[in-house]
Amino acid sequence: MPETFVPHGISDVADVIRWAAAEAKPLDLHGHRSKAQLGRPSQSGYALDLSRLHGILDYEPAELVMTVRPGTLIGDIEKQLAAQNQMLAFEPPDLGPLWGGPTNRGTLGGAIGCNLAGPRRFKAGAMRDHLLGFVAVSGRGEIFKAGGKVVKNVTGYDLPKLVCGAYGTLAALTEATIKVLPAPEKTRTVLIFGLDDAKAAQAMAVAASSPHEVSGLAHLPAGIAAKSGVGYVAQAQQAVTAIRVEGTDVSVKARCEALRDLLKDFGALEELHSMNSSWLWREIRDVSYFVLPQDRVLWRISTAPMAGPVVMAKIVAVRPDAEAFYDWGGGLIWLSLAPGEDAGEPPVRGAVAKHGGHATLIRADAALRGTISVFHPQPPALADLARRVKESFDPMNILNPGRMAAGI
Amino acid sequence: MLMPAPEQEIIAQRLELIAALRQIVPGEGVIADETSLRAFECDGLTAYRQLPLVAVLPSDTQQVSAVLKLCNERGVKVVPRGAGTSLSGGALPLADGVLLGMGKFNRVLEIDWDNRCAVVQPGVTNLGITRAVEHRGFYYAPDPSSQIACTIGGNVAENSGGVHCLKYGLTTNNILGVEMVLMNGEIVRLGGKHLDAEGYDLLGLICGSEGLLGVITEVTVRILPKPATQRALLAGFPSSEAAGDCVAKVIAAGIIPGGMEMMDRPAIHAAEDFVHAGYPRDVEALLIIELDGPSAEVDDLLARVKAIAELCGSTYLRVSQSEEERLTFWAGRKAAFPAVGRISPDYLCMDGTIPRKRLPDVLTRMTELSEKYGLRVANVFHAGDGNLHPLILYDANNPGELERAEAFGADILRLCVEVGGVLTGEHGVGVEKRDLMPAMFSETDLAQQERVKCAFDPNHRLNPGKVFPQLHRCAEMGKMHVHKGKIAFPDLPRF
Repeated sequence: MPETFVPHGISDVADVIRWAAAEAKPLDLHGHRSKAQLGRPSQSGYALDLSRLHGILDYEPAELVMTVRPGTLIGDIEKQLAAQNQMLAFEPPDLGPLWGGPTNRGTLGGAIGCNLAGPRRFKAGAMRDHLLGFVAVSGRGEIFKAGGKVVKNVTGYDLPKLVCGAYGTLAALTEATIKVLPAPEKTRTVLIFGLDDAKAAQAMAVAASSPHEVSGLAHLPAGIAAKSGVGYVAQAQQAVTAIRVEGTDVSVKARCEALRDLLKDFGALEELHSMNSSWLWREIRDVSYFVLPQDRVLWRISTAPMAGPVVMAKIVAVRPDAEAFYDWGGGLIWLSLAPGEDAGEPPVRGAVAKHGGHATLIRADAALRGTISVFHPQPPALADLARRVKESFDPMNILNPGRMAAGI
Repeated sequence: MLMPAPEQEIIAQRLELIAALRQIVPGEGVIADETSLRAFECDGLTAYRQLPLVAVLPSDTQQVSAVLKLCNERGVKVVPRGAGTSLSGGALPLADGVLLGMGKFNRVLEIDWDNRCAVVQPGVTNLGITRAVEHRGFYYAPDPSSQIACTIGGNVAENSGGVHCLKYGLTTNNILGVEMVLMNGEIVRLGGKHLDAEGYDLLGLICGSEGLLGVITEVTVRILPKPATQRALLAGFPSSEAAGDCVAKVIAAGIIPGGMEMMDRPAIHAAEDFVHAGYPRDVEALLIIELDGPSAEVDDLLARVKAIAELCGSTYLRVSQSEEERLTFWAGRKAAFPAVGRISPDYLCMDGTIPRKRLPDVLTRMTELSEKYGLRVANVFHAGDGNLHPLILYDANNPGELERAEAFGADILRLCVEVGGVLTGEHGVGVEKRDLMPAMFSETDLAQQERVKCAFDPNHRLNPGKVFPQLHRCAEMGKMHVHKGKIAFPDLPRF
């Protein structure tokens, strides 16, 4: 077990990192460790627990901004926002249970580190599209800030984008200002039954190309739909394609009607209202269908929406044990495979290489995550550039070293 | 504005450099005579002019790569340029630098309807993308007011916004991938047609990097289905406080309009005199609120916004009854800059963002500054996102007036930072706001940004003199002075 520092303020964080840099002691940065098994396994002798840096510092609903300490639980932030009818529009998933952990242990810092995004990604963006500014300690032990506290800003480099999805390898954040948005008054979901994957991608493209402002596009093949906690979906005994519409009451009704008319030739249709609709999108968001069994390997593939079913067909051809469902109109594939010594990497990465995108190994035992690239390998020029960027923040390579790739 | 001192030994090699560039880009692609170079001497920030050493107009990525590699090896500076519409001097040439014009990269390469994206060359204009996809009901969302002329490559470099960006985002939220050439000539691809990155979000970093990190040679943009309906509302108020209150209440009511613009009395009058949009002259502040989306929703929300405006004391309310009328509402706002140009020989357009609730303070302080400097100011304001565009009126023919206008502008931007805002919301730092960066960022903050620059261009050859007030040698910046054994083991709770 690594020895863990538990700072309560920014100067403590700077002290620890300055010491670690001077002594060349790698630090394992974490909050509540809800996603500790995502990424390459850590071998650091020391850990920096940032979960005590929590609390909402400022919230101005009319300015659409909130400043928080990154150790704040996403659930606590969402509670505050809900009281003002606002939300985190990027819909951060609660992934802890995927690795056997409890629910609601994810922090804002974790959402930033992993650049989390839910089903609304294609319309509203990811964490990267909502982090406006931050204060952090770099791997040099220096306190610095970047970005701003207003929703529109192009002053200096957009370092907030860079720390999103950097898995804590660049800096330890101590304060973050995020953009928040009004929550929709009503949500409904149009379901289409019985489509195969390719046909579903087409239906979702038709919906996404319509002016009806859809905010969720997912496809659950029959085996996955059967696992749903929503009766209409679980009892369908066939594939279910889900199309979400959000907005004011009158608008949602009118758009669902228009979408049903637009999509009527694809198959039988149904409509989910209020709770059924939100439960379904929560399952999709949190990848609930693949929580169990936990020994199955889990991949997350991001590709062009229409390429989703093509990539899957290639994988299924060699891995008949594959189970998958689609989000983001087909562009996000959650893929579950039986455990095996190569985690299915060759067919998965091979299929993605052909069609563009990237595949991340989300769940596998530590040995596999130590030998197989967890994140999609980059061409040499890009990998070198990434290493230089890492070095520009963390020249001693002490912040989560090797979490993303060797040296990063 | 002091630019890096021209390197005489580079200028002395001009002829060799021209010959070497002609090896890479044959024919008319290398421009070396003074008359032709004049076309590149400034961008949209016309107060600053400089002839480049030579201009080169490559026509493919390989040529861009070879030019950058050559310049890097010879230690020659390079300034990339799109359409040259930057308002912050991002494309201002250097006397000892090559100007790299990307105008020949003007083709739409692919429109992928089902994946709702388009692959375009960087010299395609912003509006050109919408023109290429509108016949099937799509458009490209960011719409900077220079959209007829400005190019997508420049939009990426500046992370351009527009009046609709509160709802639809800036450039960075609307692109999926780029092909980019680094200063050493290496060609890299970031992103593609998929979302998010496999490693660091370098695409996010490149957006808004003002041409200092790489030269964009291809962009994949997202295209969106056009909203079914757009309707606008004009609301006049007896004070900017009342108008600001209305904006806050609209947002607090959960409504994000497609556009929400504010103009102050001088801007209203200038615009009305120029385009006769039918704006009321007897109000202190005018809001144009546009709602777009599904028809049922637009009608519903418009009624709510109207009720809020009334509650906030609006003395003038008009809802567009036709598409023609909606466009007339916008005509005045869109012509605000030229309208001000009619009433003053010259003007400076500033671009700060403030927390919206500070607007009344900022306007009051601006009036005081206006008196102090003896220069008039008109304000247009992207009210939804707090992005303020004060237009400072001056006459460059009067000795000292440009300097006074610049000092006034700098005071306004410092004021924006002081109230919790930022120096630039969408125009970029460039040379214009370069020396104000320390008002917003500490030396440590700036040093970290410079180190990122060093990761891309360790010799500071790409667009130097922009964004950073001082240039430091990368080798110095990268050094870390560690005191092994001298830093105590941190005395913190441990488990």
